Amino acid sequence: MKRFALLSALLVGTAAQAATITIATVNNPDMVTMQKLTPEFTKKYPDIQVKWVVLPENELRQKVTLDVASGAGSFDVATVGAYEVPIWAKNGWLNPLTPMFAKDAAIAKAYNLNDIIPGVRGALTVGGNLYAVPFYAESSMTFYNKDLFKKAGITMPVQPTWQQVQGFAAKINDPKNGVYGICLRGLPGWGENMAFFTTMVNTFGGRWYDNNWQAQLNSPAWKTALNFYVDMMKKSGPPGATSNGFTENLTLMSQGKCGMWVDATVAAGLLSDASSSKIVNSVGFANAPVGPGTTRGNHWYWSWNLAIPKSTKQADAAFKFLTWATSKEYIALVAKTKGNWAAVPPGTRTSTYTNAAYKKAAGAFSSLVQNAINSADVTKATKDAVPYTGIQYVAIPEFQALGTQVGQYVAGALSGQTTVDQALTQAQDAANKVAKDGKYQK
Amino acid sequence: MTAQAIPASSPPTTRQGFRFTPSVMMWPALLYLILTTQAPFFLTIYYSFFQRNLQLPMASYPFVGLDNYIGLFKDPQNLSVIWNTLVLTGGVLIITLVLGGLLAMLLNRPFMGRALVRTILISSFLIMPVVTAVVWKNLLLNYDYGFFSWLIKALGGSPVAWLTVHPMATVITMVSWEWTPFAMLILLTGLQSLPDDQIEAARLDGANPWQEFRHIVLPHWTQALEVVILLETLNVLQVYGEIAISTAGGPGVASTNLPYYISQKLLVEGNIGVGSAAGVVAVILTNLLAVFMLRLINRNTQVGGH
Repeated sequence: MKRFALLSALLVGTAAQAATITIATVNNPDMVTMQKLTPEFTKKYPDIQVKWVVLPENELRQKVTLDVASGAGSFDVATVGAYEVPIWAKNGWLNPLTPMFAKDAAIAKAYNLNDIIPGVRGALTVGGNLYAVPFYAESSMTFYNKDLFKKAGITMPVQPTWQQVQGFAAKINDPKNGVYGICLRGLPGWGENMAFFTTMVNTFGGRWYDNNWQAQLNSPAWKTALNFYVDMMKKSGPPGATSNGFTENLTLMSQGKCGMWVDATVAAGLLSDASSSKIVNSVGFANAPVGPGTTRGNHWYWSWNLAIPKSTKQADAAFKFLTWATSKEYIALVAKTKGNWAAVPPGTRTSTYTNAAYKKAAGAFSSLVQNAINSADVTKATKDAVPYTGIQYVAIPEFQALGTQVGQYVAGALSGQTTVDQALTQAQDAANKVAKDGKYQK
Repeated sequence: MTAQAIPASSPPTTRQGFRFTPSVMMWPALLYLILTTQAPFFLTIYYSFFQRNLQLPMASYPFVGLDNYIGLFKDPQNLSVIWNTLVLTGGVLIITLVLGGLLAMLLNRPFMGRALVRTILISSFLIMPVVTAVVWKNLLLNYDYGFFSWLIKALGGSPVAWLTVHPMATVITMVSWEWTPFAMLILLTGLQSLPDDQIEAARLDGANPWQEFRHIVLPHWTQALEVVILLETLNVLQVYGEIAISTAGGPGVASTNLPYYISQKLLVEGNIGVGSAAGVVAVILTNLLAVFMLRLINRNTQVGGH
């Protein structure tokens, strides 16, 4: 009996002292660093214990979605993509952070919300409330191989057009020697080929839906864009591009096999890293190409953010963690631990880009990345008005399905299994079905 | 009548109430099995009647009856998914049975270093599916620096982008490479239990090698073939890692099989209703195929044997 009393006193005692928070995150390198820096957090907040659930993107997304949707409350801090934040906020699954910042003046002052890049903040704000804070953010840009450009006698402008890119690609292409003019994503998936291809469609003047949620995938703009993409990839791209996603293209590019590559800004750091790239001294950076339709929407926008699910019972402790892991102080801590400013989580804070040490370490691409993120506007990415937000995605719950399905049709056209017209007819039907089933069309 | 017969025949030691027979001791295990195997299956069936997307709030998931199933069969793309599943399974079965059988007959003869050769031949079965796919995709099949491209170029040909041009054939090759050792091992065991005197007798009777194979070896192989076909059908129907890593089901849906399709519906789309319906279809298909395969093999091997 005595022992039982002692035990329960012990349990109650520890429960009162320490809060334990469980954090769900993706196994990307930047998040693994965050996990490794946990001791620094517990040094600052000794009364908070931290547990981690680190998973690959798809599994994490499924696990976290299931958890917040059912209100199970296993996670106190969740890593949520830019696509999910507005959807989940509307579903009432996330704690609004604005009131929490208002409540805790000390944290709010040290955190300085105004330092967060406005476009990034905008993407996480729904109805005037901030629902998540950005851990790192990325946009898209053009990478090119200066040596191959010099050999072909051409120069890359800071802001290329797709027509120019097509011309460059044709000049550089030399498949006999294993060199391709341009490498682009072809692997089907809403986060693979469609992330890239939607930016191309946007800047060719296309859009997924008009303001009445009528699908626009058989419009001339989509046709021109898809024909252009398929044609250029067939003439000057690597064979078998339908199995190339981000990783495969990164390998091809860093082995010096591609003249150009248009993809996520995060690759800039990887291509500049001598341990993984053979083209450290010849890699060049430019903005993502603009198309004939509009200058808008050629850059995409993506971020991984930390949010507090509604179901948590440790909102205060969670808030402390999330403001710590996305603070200016944390970014400096990563730079110190890694001994390299170029390795900090990019794309979230203006202060990172005005930091002299960062400019020195990532000077070759930092201003282009900042520009790409600043000019990516999730609310104005297309020539004509649209009823959705998002640049390389449509922020409706059904888009993961739709984007992947259309991605398969696009890959089918790229591999020559179907014609461009067939692919777009199928895609148009799928998009209209989603709009009808989801009761978006009035 | 029977009610009167039972007490008369029951042993006199048990008078009334609970009878502790051996079958009672099986109940906990049975209950455990029912809970762990059947409950999830019935839940899957239950979910398949609802329109439910993980990304939509809890409140809105209406009962839609058979809509998910009808939707599955109405979309011509999904029929090609089922067709792909059959082609993949059938293709792998044929290739592994032929190759495995030939290798088994080879290994059944004594020769120098047989144990070593057998170990080497088995090794591809011991590699995890995802690793297989990574190795094949990046080291063997890659257009630029894959081994096959190098080989073809060295022989003066032009390389092929296998995963784009022949996605299904490539997946079949990969899976067959994994499962041939399995077929080989089981068939080898079958051969080794074949008494030598039977073969001798057949040879004395003047049977040629084909007749010997057709009338002695093949009938004797019946059980081994059954094991191989049944286990392989069940396992190859479930192939997922190889496809996810190498082709992501594409291009188009050229290499999407049922498991990959279900995972797309559930993991990527969060579409519980349609995913569950596809899962139920997969279970039915698996059972049908297993029964069909067993019947086929039984009929063919036994009729010829006597």
